[in-house]
Amino acid sequence: MTLRGVARIAPMLAVAWAVQASPGSAQRVASDTLRADSTPDTRVEPVVVASKPFAESFLLAELFAQRLESVGIPVDRRPGLGATDLAFRALRTGAIDIYPEYTGTGLTAILGLEPEGDAADVYSVVSTAFMDRFGVRWMPPLGFENSYAIAVRPETADSLGVRTLTDLSRVSERLIAGFSPDFIGRPDGLPGLADRYDLTFADTRPLLQSVKYPALDEGAVDVIDGYTTDGGLDRYGLVVLTDDADFFPPYQAAALLRPELSADRPDVVAALAPLSGRLDAPTMRRANRQIEVDGRSPAGVAADLLADLALGDGASTEAVPSALARPDGLGSFLWARRGDTARQTLRHLWLVAIALGAATLLAVPLGVALARRPGVAEPVVRATGLLQTIPSIALLAFMIPVFGIGAGPAIVALFLYSVFPILRNTWSGVRDADPEAVKAARALGMTEGQILLRVRLPLAAPVVMAGVRVSAVIAVGTATLAAFIGAGGLGDPIVAGLALSDERLILSGAVPAALLALLVDLGLSRVESAVRPRGLVEG
Amino acid sequence: MALVGESGSGKTTLLRCFNALVVPAGGDVHVRGRPVGSADPVALRRSMGYVPQHGGLIPHWTVGRNVALVPTLLAHPDAEAAARRALRMVGLPPDEFVGRWPRRLSGGQRQRVALARALAAEPDLVLMDEPLGALDALARADLRRELGTLIHESGVTVLLVTHDLHEAAALADRITVMRGGRVLQSATLEALRSDPASRYVTELLDRGLETAATP
Repeated sequence: MTLRGVARIAPMLAVAWAVQASPGSAQRVASDTLRADSTPDTRVEPVVVASKPFAESFLLAELFAQRLESVGIPVDRRPGLGATDLAFRALRTGAIDIYPEYTGTGLTAILGLEPEGDAADVYSVVSTAFMDRFGVRWMPPLGFENSYAIAVRPETADSLGVRTLTDLSRVSERLIAGFSPDFIGRPDGLPGLADRYDLTFADTRPLLQSVKYPALDEGAVDVIDGYTTDGGLDRYGLVVLTDDADFFPPYQAAALLRPELSADRPDVVAALAPLSGRLDAPTMRRANRQIEVDGRSPAGVAADLLADLALGDGASTEAVPSALARPDGLGSFLWARRGDTARQTLRHLWLVAIALGAATLLAVPLGVALARRPGVAEPVVRATGLLQTIPSIALLAFMIPVFGIGAGPAIVALFLYSVFPILRNTWSGVRDADPEAVKAARALGMTEGQILLRVRLPLAAPVVMAGVRVSAVIAVGTATLAAFIGAGGLGDPIVAGLALSDERLILSGAVPAALLALLVDLGLSRVESAVRPRGLVEG
Repeated sequence: MALVGESGSGKTTLLRCFNALVVPAGGDVHVRGRPVGSADPVALRRSMGYVPQHGGLIPHWTVGRNVALVPTLLAHPDAEAAARRALRMVGLPPDEFVGRWPRRLSGGQRQRVALARALAAEPDLVLMDEPLGALDALARADLRRELGTLIHESGVTVLLVTHDLHEAAALADRITVMRGGRVLQSATLEALRSDPASRYVTELLDRGLETAATP
């Protein structure tokens, strides 16, 4: 496998292995019924319910979805969309209809405003501003707040005498922080927090939600950011430091509705309305704990919540496939999921094949054309090279306003990534094909067309294939990220597993993805050898 | 006819004017009494042979296909027979060589194949650009001797670019001395010696023949 390919896949695997190290895995039950198909109903357009990639967001989305289904509204579930930016972009542009969001996030991360006032003030600011600026409607809050919780181990709290964030500032230089990448970057996250409390950590490590708690417990980091409703806070007996300078705004959870949804679908609004004000923080902590610690599925926990509120259809009981319920090892888990894995692998290959095929069809003729136009070639090749430098998630995010969510934008993004290696290799392979032979062929009276077809292209073929091979391996790796915009494939179990702290689920996507990359690389290396003209081969 | 001069004196550029790979900024080049500028360049090139310094064999073609190139381009009825005949002319047994790949040839064999390729369509003019320049001394002496015989027996006109006066003296009837893009003198070796156009010609002759005579 090429170095670039390894570099693309390595982070996924690193995540998977890091997560595997967390304890308690054997007691987990897979949470894998998230993409259960909604009731098919051809007469009514299904409502697209999405979530961000963490457990509580999955749970709330499932709650909305089951509530809608209980009154007969068909639902299309798209759990685990990228993060705030991706999910909100998808909502604004109408690619999704509903997702759960928090008022504090809306205020600071989306509107870019300073937190001010109490929970009711913040709700009134965001609901007015969102309607005015985006046409997006906030449903009334569900009833609980889920703010950031800066937590330390009890030993740290006792030995250093830390109880508040102001206390933390005295000792922060001796501590290693493990924060989520989202938190590190958001103005209402670390930058603002460090500024307000004058915090300087010895080191700040970006950690995903699912690995933070075990990392803190094992002493790899000393301070983490959690959510106040996280099940992990209780489970590890952590100390949450008081936000004594009131840095964090109120984070009330509520359903966000896309523009025009209230007008188009009053039935949806009416169905969701009874959820408002019905969920308190202890209820949510318990529910999150059932998912994150006990390994129950968001669908099952949501069904129980709806039943408690007497808002369900009474029929939803947790339907965990019996094979998944057994607390067995990774092998039997993977075996039990083989049907899903096969389906997701095919989907993955399909995404990659279409993108790669289109890229090859464009890049090979373009590369040949550029080989004869040195003036234009450099800028064009450099421009496609620039595409390569756009981070995958950002490129996927750019796709949403134009192509919505799902397979379309994912294929376009993979296509854009695939063009450069093929184009560069075709261009240089054709241009640099044995110059002595080309000169002699021309001097003996071959036309430029004959030289291209009979001399340059055959000599360039293995170089072109090497480019296709690099693109293919990159595409297989990058396609796992396509799950963040709802494209499916082997990224699905990775995203769901990361959100639900289920390392077996992560591995069930990461391992096949890595194997797929190796196989694709191996297969294409065979093709590369096959197109190498005889006479150039040793022996 | 040989074109001699130091590197950068314009010998190769002048040679390329003959097969229209270079269009002269001024003046006319005539081949067979007709100006090159008015001829179809592709047809013109097919009508003359060409031997570059490093052979310029097409690496993914067999020796046979390489040698048959020009007859094939000219839709010669039996290009393969022409190729075999040309290989024999340069001393390579066709049965042994037609199926070989260029990378499996020695330097001397490669230049012989290039020579065969230039001769295969029986042109009346062959352009050679330092055809022996990349060979070691022994192979060069061998091939130079054979080349001399070949040129005299076949009666083909050769325009030879070389920086080696000894080679020019051995192969050419007339020697054209170039310097700085200009022709200084064009004459037989004897005439160059007895009646040099400038001191440079004499110096070049003394220097070149001394060094070349003691390889």
